[in-house]
Amino acid sequence: MDWTALSLSLRLAGWTVLVLLPVAVLTGRLLAYRAFRGKGLVEALVMLPLVLPPTVLGFYLLVGLGRSSPVGELWQALFGHQLVFSFEGLVVASVIFNLPFAIQPAQRGFEAIPPEVREAAACCGLSPAAALWRVELPLAWPGLMTAMVLTFAHTLGEFGIVLMVGGAIPGETKTIAIAIYDRVQAFDDRSAAIMSAVLVAIALFTIALTFWLSARVGRRLG
Amino acid sequence: MALEVMARAERPIPLQAAFRVEPGEVLALVGHSGSGKTTLLRTIAGLWRPEAARVAVAGEVWLDTAARVDLPPHRRRAGIVFQSYALFPHMTVAQNVMAAMDRPDRAEAARLLDLVHLHGLADRRPAQLSGGQQQRVAVARALARRPRALLLDEPFSAVDRATRERLHAEILALRAHLAMPVVLVTHDMTEAQLLADRMAVIERGRVVGEGTTAQVMGDPEALRAMGIREVAALLPAVVAEHGADGLARLEAAAGPLFLPGVEAAPGTRVRVRIMAHEVILSRARPEGLSAQNILPGTVAAIVAGRGPAVTVHVRVGADEILARITRRAAEQMALRPGESVHAILKSMSVARDHVARAPGPARPAG
Repeated sequence: MDWTALSLSLRLAGWTVLVLLPVAVLTGRLLAYRAFRGKGLVEALVMLPLVLPPTVLGFYLLVGLGRSSPVGELWQALFGHQLVFSFEGLVVASVIFNLPFAIQPAQRGFEAIPPEVREAAACCGLSPAAALWRVELPLAWPGLMTAMVLTFAHTLGEFGIVLMVGGAIPGETKTIAIAIYDRVQAFDDRSAAIMSAVLVAIALFTIALTFWLSARVGRRLG
Repeated sequence: MALEVMARAERPIPLQAAFRVEPGEVLALVGHSGSGKTTLLRTIAGLWRPEAARVAVAGEVWLDTAARVDLPPHRRRAGIVFQSYALFPHMTVAQNVMAAMDRPDRAEAARLLDLVHLHGLADRRPAQLSGGQQQRVAVARALARRPRALLLDEPFSAVDRATRERLHAEILALRAHLAMPVVLVTHDMTEAQLLADRMAVIERGRVVGEGTTAQVMGDPEALRAMGIREVAALLPAVVAEHGADGLARLEAAAGPLFLPGVEAAPGTRVRVRIMAHEVILSRARPEGLSAQNILPGTVAAIVAGRGPAVTVHVRVGADEILARITRRAAEQMALRPGESVHAILKSMSVARDHVARAPGPARPAG
């Protein structure tokens, strides 16, 4: 059992959720409420990671974030190490790869709020920020929760893109999914089996948690 | 202190309307769906901006496209009751009401909930309430905003008839507490006649008839958009007694009225909507007639319209009844203003929701 890899995976999933939550709220809300030119294109771009092979996305990220890219150079200048093959680079890749898993459910969550309820919030004197905090977020909560759980679970299981952008540096970029692959390659089936079982348990637990929470919200909203 | 509205737009529907509502006055915007009445209401609240418009209340300009003034909805003190009520489903009744307050005040919320007869339901959630109760919460929430203008968008259309009658009575009783201009959007002419002081008939975004409720309801031309069979008078009366056969005796200035389905207690002041096309006129007092209500009066005016009918205004006591009769009948009877005539009304022609409590505090029974 590679505890370092497990804790790295959990950390990566946690950071991804943390970074993606505000992105999902802002983008999901924008896509749910506003009609603008190029909306279809934005929605298609958000969905793209869902259909692209992780290796393809990983390849472009490697090129886009690499040492010779503008982003990579800036990162190197600021922090003194390269972005790819680092934990931070992994977070960036994971955030981009999880965009559809976070934004889609968030968008559905905001779309489920009746327009008059949002109008009523404004007519009650709530500023847009207050309306977001007191009315929209509580009502879009089931969607946002789905977004967070999906992102978290999906990050834990991600393999291809992590391998492409992160390599398998222990404690830095070697996640549990990589570690399982690594163990199988080394004919260490027992370790692979234990870690796989742990991942299954975590996945089951998160799904059960989502169901329980959304049932609770459903009762509350009747 | 009045609410002044002017709006002009080409889309989504052509709009060309202007009206004014005095403080404490209820203006009904009546029209069929798609006529633009709700769009006008949304313009006042700031939920819609026509191409050219001006909305001012109590000297405060909320919207003036010419002067580039456009306050967002949350900065306009408008209380609005939506057709769907639009309550916040995740908040309790009290929280819903307090959400509209500048400073949440539980005591004030309790006072408002008492005012709309929701005592003891403060901790329920909207999903646990009946339609009528939800509507009352929406009214309390709109009032909690301390609005400069109260806007009601078809607020009675989503409840059953019995509940609607009760809510009408409550709104009329509530009017004593309302010092702001009130705009009621409705397609129900009975509702408009019973609740409003003034009416504006909206058709294809234009005001095609405007005036006091009595003026508009007596004017077939103004009502053409809503159907001239809506022409009706509103007769004040006091409930006198309930007969064993189910007919109630009401005392009007012109004499007794016998009507079915009256539930108000004796002593209650009511107003009866009498449809002009249901009234028969007779020169002599008829005998051997099944109709129970024969009110003697004098012809005040005979107004001819485009069609084969005329509207006869009959003074009965201090009040007026309208009768839509054929031009031919008016000529055969040689009706002239000032001549005496009897207005005849079948008891059964008055629907139960055409009898409503008069505005103001309810008078105790007896």
